[in-house]
Order: sequence, then structure tokens, then C-alpha cells
Amino acid sequence: MNWRAVGALARKDLWEVRMNKVAWIPAAIVPMVIVVLLPLAFILAPNLFAPSTGTPDPNANVQTLTNLVPSSMVTELHGLNDAQRWVVFSTGFVSAPMLLLLPLMFSSIAGADSFVGERERKTLEALLYTPATDSELFLGKVIASVVPALLLTWMSFVVYAVVVNAAGWNIMQRVWFPTAAWWPLMIWVAPAIATLGMAAAVLISSRVSTFMEAYQLTGTLVVIVLALVVAQATGVLSLSVGVTLLVGAALWAVDAVLVWLGVRLFSRGAVKALA
Amino acid sequence: MDAIQTDALSRRYGNLTAVADVTLTVARGEVFGVLGPNGAGKTTMVRLLNGVLAPSAGSCRVLGLDPARQGSGLRRRTGVLTESPALYERMTARENLRFFGTMYGMPAGKLAARADAMLEAFGLAERADAKVGGFSKGMKQRLALARALLHEPEVLFLDEPTAALDPEAARRVTELIMEFTRQAGRTVFLCTHYLPEAQRLCDRVAVLNRGRLIATGTLAELARTLWHGTWVDVECLVASAPDLLEAVRVVAGVTDARLDEPDGTRLAVQVEGEERIPAVVRAIVERGGQVVRVNAREHTLEDVYFELQGEPAHAQPAVASETSGRGGRR
Repeated sequence: MNWRAVGALARKDLWEVRMNKVAWIPAAIVPMVIVVLLPLAFILAPNLFAPSTGTPDPNANVQTLTNLVPSSMVTELHGLNDAQRWVVFSTGFVSAPMLLLLPLMFSSIAGADSFVGERERKTLEALLYTPATDSELFLGKVIASVVPALLLTWMSFVVYAVVVNAAGWNIMQRVWFPTAAWWPLMIWVAPAIATLGMAAAVLISSRVSTFMEAYQLTGTLVVIVLALVVAQATGVLSLSVGVTLLVGAALWAVDAVLVWLGVRLFSRGAVKALA
Repeated sequence: MDAIQTDALSRRYGNLTAVADVTLTVARGEVFGVLGPNGAGKTTMVRLLNGVLAPSAGSCRVLGLDPARQGSGLRRRTGVLTESPALYERMTARENLRFFGTMYGMPAGKLAARADAMLEAFGLAERADAKVGGFSKGMKQRLALARALLHEPEVLFLDEPTAALDPEAARRVTELIMEFTRQAGRTVFLCTHYLPEAQRLCDRVAVLNRGRLIATGTLAELARTLWHGTWVDVECLVASAPDLLEAVRVVAGVTDARLDEPDGTRLAVQVEGEERIPAVVRAIVERGGQVVRVNAREHTLEDVYFELQGEPAHAQPAVASETSGRGGRR
């Protein structure tokens, strides 16, 4: 494996994504919403709209929602008042799958630009005439898609943790976030989701001819994460530590198949694009 | 050892045969042209010979390596210039060269110096740090040629290198190709349908049609297989005797003759060899012709090409119609 070539290609691709405003502007806005505005809304809104007594009303809605928490989380809510339960439930439990949007979005955008953009800009042929093997080219592009997606996700996670703990300090009176289930989510599931986004971009890129088409199609993957959000919020699925590990394992299995297909399609797709 | 050898090389895309049973050799240091219309299989040949595509049948070796199995090692020793420059337009000229140099495995220290030297040699030093997107087509193609030569390849593949350029830019690129290949004794595999360029650059040519090799050789060799004898144009000052044509036709070694002007001031004579020309001139003079100009026609690559493709060359209508089908070229 010629790691120098792989690194050069990854750096070049990252540089090109940075130059593509259509790619990075949404990638900058969405994290702001998810890791800053959303937790602030969850934590501060009940206070802003609460009765003049200043204490959030332990109303039936909160009670209904918090009743959805799985047994694994009951211990985390034990001994908390309703305001604290709301903070933990909304920002520590319901929001968890929302952060998974980030690795998916980052990697699929970078992947679409890297794989389809190369073809769209008619630079693929010159790349194929270099000594780099198909595997090295593929790996360089995977690194350019997945690694920054993960770094941005983890940075967003750190910001999210700071926002949640700071905004909820008056209610919680301690650093309570992240809870146990978040660690496997970030370390195990987020890389799997990032790989899924990249693999999907590769598969889609073999069917479309422009970055915008690929960008729009990879956007449909959001449905997967939204399904997790809804399932989590309605109690159908609970991302406890055990379930998170299982979900991650399932995603990695899907990734393995998609990457295998992606490598094959990348070679064929490259040649097909030239034919 | 030959630089390039192909043996019944074939490549199909589904039902379409792009290259069919092509067998040829290119010697080291030779400038070899592959001529043919669009869709003749030229670009597919370049891809096959660089291991970008695998053959459907047959085999090929470049510098003794099998491109399909040893493509990576081979591509370190070859350079390719395509019709489209395929440069990263948001990067500068220097960044493009450095990126591709790294992809070709050049050591960083050597790469920086070599990239600067190439930019200088190709007249791009002043724009080295400008984004390629702002370059003219000619500048982009010069930069792409610099990229193809950056790692000092032993074999240079040029696929329609000047097709998209205006005449001035094309001439500049052609001059650079000559300068950087002849001096270094590089093997060049030039695919083109720009025939003057091929005639100027190539030692030998192969002619492809619909993926099949229909002829290969030097211009003189190809002309000999197509046309027997040489056409000579004779121009006289005043009208010649009415029986001039008959008198010329009976000269030994004359195979055909015709009047280009009815009054006999211009005629074309086909002779077996140039040594027959004095006898022809003598016959004309004996009939009162005052010869002012005698010109033995030389076949151009264009004549040869169109004859091989089955289309009479405009410059040689009589010859083409007379010799069509001769020569065992298929």
C-alpha cells in the first residue's frame, strides 16, 4: 500500500470539498442547529414558557414522555425532579440519534464530492493513469470522507456536552452529560454511520453523473436516522448501552457489504465513466 | 526488447468491439502513431496498454510488463496525455504538478525542483501559482504534457494531444512534444486523427478502423503497398503537339498518363520509378513541348490514410480510383 499516495489523494479531496461551498455550508449550519440550538431549546423553553412561579410545571406531558424511558434509564432518572427528568430525557435520551445525522451528512457529502465530483470535473482519467491501485484510490477517498466526518462529529459531541451541561446547570447542579449510552454511540455507532454515508455515496455515484444528484440522493439517508429518533422518542427503541452496541454491529455488517460493493463499483464505475 | 508488444489484443464493451485482434510492436525510442477516426479504438488501446482496462482477449506487454497484472509498476514508467487535460482547476499549476508527482511516487525533494523546472520549460513559470481554471486551453494542455513528463517516463502515450487546441496552441504543444521526446529518446505512442501532426512526428504509423488494425509501417512503406509508381506533374510553356499523350504513354516505364489541361500545357504521368522521368521529359521536348516545371508527387500521410480508410484522397482522385483495393492492406 502506497500510503503517501493515499494521503496525498485524501488531502487533495478534502481540499476540494472545502472549496465546494454547496458541500460545506450545510455541513456548518446543521451542527449549529443540532448541537447548540436544539439542546438550548429543550432546556430553556420550559423555563421561558413556564408559569410565573418560575418552576416548570410538572405537567402531564412531561410525565407521559418520561414514562416512555426504558427500564435501563429509569435508574438515571431516579431521584430527579420533573425539571431534571425533562432535561435528561430530552437532551440525553431523545436527542441522541439526532447527533448521528452529523457523521451521516458529513461523510455522504464528502463522499459524493469525492467520487462523483472527480468524474464530473473530468479529472478521474488522469488519476487512473497514476500508479495508484484501485484500492489505494478507494482508500484515499474513503479517508477523505469518513475521517473528517468523524472528527467533526466528535467535535460537535464535545460542544453538545458543553452546551447541555452549561445550559442545564441551574436545573441539574452537576455535570451529568454524557450518560453511559452516549459513549458506544459516539465510538461504535458514529463511525459505522459515517462509513454508511460514504458507502452510500459511492453506490449512488455509480448511478448519477453530477455532484448535485448524488448530494440529493444521499440526503434520503436521513430517513434512517429520523426513524431512530422517532423510535427512540416513542419508546419503540431504546438506545441503551446494549442496544447501541447491537445497532452498531448491525450497521457495521451492512457497511461491510456496502463497502465490498463499493470497491467493485468504484473500479467498474471508473471504467464505465471513461468508456 | 520492444517497448510495446500486442498479440491479438481485443477489448469489448458488451456487444461493441472497441479493439479487435490488434497485433503490433513498437521499438524502444520509436515515435509510433496510431491513426483512425473517432471510435476506431485508439483511446481504448491507450487504456489497455496502461492497465486501466483489461483485455477481453489477447495480450500485451509494455516495457516487458503485463499491464493487466502489473499496471501499478508499469504506470510508474509511462506517462499519458489525454485530449482533455484532466487537471484540478481549483488548484494552481504548481499544486497540480506536485500532487501528481506524489501520486507517481516521486521523492518530495526531487519533486519540488522537477516541478519548477517543468513549469519553466513549458513556459508556465510566471503562472505557476495561478489557478488552472483561468488558463487558456493551450496552457492547460502544456501543463498536462508537463505532468505526463514529470516523472520522466520511458514511454509517453499521447491521446489526441492537440485535438481541442487552436492551430497556434497545437503547434506549440507539438514542438514541445518533439523537444521532450526526441532529445530523451523516449518511446512515444501517439494517437491522433490530425494527420499532419502524425506525419511530422512519427517514425511509423498504424491505421485503425473500427478497432481493427488495417495497416502498419512507415509512410514510404504504406505508400508502396498502395500505389505502384510515382505520379509526375509536368508543366509546359506553350501547347504541345496533339499526339503528345500517345508519345508519352509509349515511353518505357510509363504506366499511365493524362492531360490536366486539354491544350497539353499541363499533364500528369505515372512512372514506375523516378529514373524514368528524364525519358518522359525527352519525349515531351521531342514533340515540341517547352518544359518549365517537373514535379514528382510525394504521397502524404493524408493520402495514405484516406486510401486505407477506403476514401479517395482529394489530392489524388485519379490514383485513388485506379489503385483502390490494391496492396493487401487488410
